[in-house]
Amino acid sequence: MATTVEQEKELIARILAGEVDLFHQLVRPYEKLVYVTAFTMLRNDAEAEDAAQEVMINAFRHLKSFRGEAKFSTWLVTIAMNEARQRLRRIKVAAQESLDEEKEEHEGDFTPAFLTDWREIPSEALEKKEMAQKLREAVAQLPPIYREVLVLRDLEELNQEETAAALGINVTLVKVRLHRARMMLQKLLAPYLKTAAPARKGFFGRMFS
Amino acid sequence: MKLECKHVWEHISEYLDHQLDAELLKNIENHLENCEVCSAILDSTRNILVLTADDRTYELPVGYSERLHKRLERVLRDEETLPEKLK
Repeated sequence: MATTVEQEKELIARILAGEVDLFHQLVRPYEKLVYVTAFTMLRNDAEAEDAAQEVMINAFRHLKSFRGEAKFSTWLVTIAMNEARQRLRRIKVAAQESLDEEKEEHEGDFTPAFLTDWREIPSEALEKKEMAQKLREAVAQLPPIYREVLVLRDLEELNQEETAAALGINVTLVKVRLHRARMMLQKLLAPYLKTAAPARKGFFGRMFS
Repeated sequence: MKLECKHVWEHISEYLDHQLDAELLKNIENHLENCEVCSAILDSTRNILVLTADDRTYELPVGYSERLHKRLERVLRDEETLPEKLK
């Protein structure tokens, strides 16, 4: 069950007033959000689970600092991203990746891959599980500075401003990195997107509009 | 204004986020009407993002929730972290 903002505020007030057991109830709707954020960044089940637990514990310990200006979910995701970034720095998941590397990779190729025709909704057109696996692999391949923006914007569906605040970067950089991240994903997944779907003349993919 | 494909690609992300101004949007839509390549790129990108946001794409490990709440329970019981101390 989704908790409304008002219910959440009340829960938080009661927890801070001493009913600490209610914290279980408060975070239950966001268990997955926190885990997936950690997992996409850390790319390891056990590490992500441990990080997610730490995030929830930190959220409890700092609950009084949640002022309700942001959504509680956004606040949790921000803590999760910070935890993941710290762990990434510490363990250096891949030696060549560095979160300290803040300069943009202008030399990268951010043009999309051509497709002859691919217009189906993945869940309908392709073996769903297989495609989800390919997607997870592609997301994992993105350099961290692009991955973190994609995760917050397109997976956790934070808005631009929330994403910028969570990552400590400006909105313009969010847009630039998001575009590049999306183009890289498109390119990585293009080989798997070709289906037997025949070209349909006159149909220009307006299915979502 | 006639747009080149390359120019359209630069705006795919903004297009998907509905952030284009009216004139550029019109030019891009005109281009898409007549360019199979760009509309396929746009659709594939959009579909990838649909899948990215799909709740089923990432799964939780078995027992994750139980372990999480068990650990939380220990913290909540820990005198050091009672809310009085937090304030």
